[in-house]
Amino acid sequence: MHSVPGDRLFGLALWGAALSVAAVFAWLFVDLARLGLGALSWDFITTAPENAGRDGGIASILVSTLLILGVAVGVAAPVGLGAAVWLNTYTRAGGGTGRRIRLALDGLAGMPSIVFGLFGNAFFSVYLGLGFSILSGGLTLAAMILPVFIRTVEAGLGAVDDGWRRGAAALGLTQSAALAHVILPAAAPAIGAGLMLGIGRAAAETAALIFTSGYVDRMPESLSDSGRALAVHIYDLSMNVAGGDTHAAASALVLVALVACANLLAVALSRRLLTRRLAL
Amino acid sequence: MNRSADALLAPLTAAMAGAAALLLAGMLGFLLAESWPALAHGGWLRFVGLAWYPLEGHFGLAAMCIATLAVAALAILLAAPLGLACALFARFQAPPALAAGFRGLLALMAGVPSVVYGFWGLTVLVPLVARWQPPGASLFTAGLVLALMILPTVALLAHAALAAVPRSLLDGAAALGLTQRATLLKVAVPAARRGIAGGVLLGLARALGETMAVLMVAGNVVQLPASVFDPVRVLTANIALEMAYATGTHRAGLFVSGLLLALLVLGLAWFAARLEPRHA
Repeated sequence: MHSVPGDRLFGLALWGAALSVAAVFAWLFVDLARLGLGALSWDFITTAPENAGRDGGIASILVSTLLILGVAVGVAAPVGLGAAVWLNTYTRAGGGTGRRIRLALDGLAGMPSIVFGLFGNAFFSVYLGLGFSILSGGLTLAAMILPVFIRTVEAGLGAVDDGWRRGAAALGLTQSAALAHVILPAAAPAIGAGLMLGIGRAAAETAALIFTSGYVDRMPESLSDSGRALAVHIYDLSMNVAGGDTHAAASALVLVALVACANLLAVALSRRLLTRRLAL
Repeated sequence: MNRSADALLAPLTAAMAGAAALLLAGMLGFLLAESWPALAHGGWLRFVGLAWYPLEGHFGLAAMCIATLAVAALAILLAAPLGLACALFARFQAPPALAAGFRGLLALMAGVPSVVYGFWGLTVLVPLVARWQPPGASLFTAGLVLALMILPTVALLAHAALAAVPRSLLDGAAALGLTQRATLLKVAVPAARRGIAGGVLLGLARALGETMAVLMVAGNVVQLPASVFDPVRVLTANIALEMAYATGTHRAGLFVSGLLLALLVLGLAWFAARLEPRHA
């Protein structure tokens, strides 16, 4: 390709845009590390917060976060798996009901998280009487991650070679046996990827949790206790606690690492699905 | 496993899919029911004004609606061209190893929780802008932070759309002796325009619905901004700030703004769905 002045300029503009974006992101990480790395230690992860989070660590907050994630995944995974199986097995590509359900799921997937927070507060906390609790927060997040999980799993089920289904049918397996022993194992990487994406989204969530799982930073004793998630902790430390910036940055580093691990795992799992398909 | 499991499979999974889809209807229903006390007295008109003094019965959402749209518009105006440039860079300009690294950085940044972007904006960007245009927490800063937050999503989706452009189109452009700039801008981008537009709309929906990142840097004063450096309060932030103590009609007023947000984002999703090619 021969080069003309306008072309060189265009190429330089692309380089400039990419480098400046990368530089801003690097700036963000350097700032977080500069502020928070000093406070980050094993003790930070294993001790309880003191003095509104200015001192101590994040042990109780990590426990609450994991419990909320556990409830969210524990509810979203079985329901989502069932829904994806139904969409994949019992609906045709152009069929009316399937199309409407997919549209509703896409609408749900785009809903702002604060709207999930409002719904969770009105439905789980007030209507069902769960109050500000880990259960309310987890159920709200389950509703939030459900659509993304269903669509990921459905895509994974759709990618399973029809030869496997025919093979299972030829062996005389019942539909449910074929599902349990052939099709779901073949789609396992997609299920894993969907779960990890959901966990990443749920762990990053703040707005949906403020009015459902609440602010309390004590160690939760049961699922009906209020528990403060890591993201809410960062928000509270930086907005409402003077001198909380160092621990906010350290908590942000922990949260980013957590979310990055979940996302990396999701990518690795969906890659495994792709290579499996090629190997067939 | 026996035949009776098969008989259960269809209704059981159908119920799960139905439950997932009904979640959308349930959410809208609950938002409407909770909004009703405010809607029933005085109807729509009381939400049109500029004044938001919920305790005195003034529920004007106009100023916050305009602020929401202005912040999202600024964010997408910054993120769309920069994101497209980053996608073009990663797809056509960068050496393969660098392109892979750059995509990895974008994927990492796409997963960073919004509260972390907000924290960085609050501790770094706001003081920086304040030195130039006080008070610092403003429409401008919020647009900047949001742009940064949605840029990775816009760039990654544009990259996926560009990667799906058929090789033959690019080869044809090269055979015609087009410069690289003409190949990219006149062939590759138009061929990928649906996917790029879809990414931009998704970014816009995220910008409209974002709570934490905006709440932390926008200053949260309910007013019509006279300049981009004025503090503003957006709809999502208003909900997050006032839900903690709102009761009665005030609480219902907040649900009205949630309902408005939900309808806004659903409208966008509907528009985005129309962009996609029909495959019947």
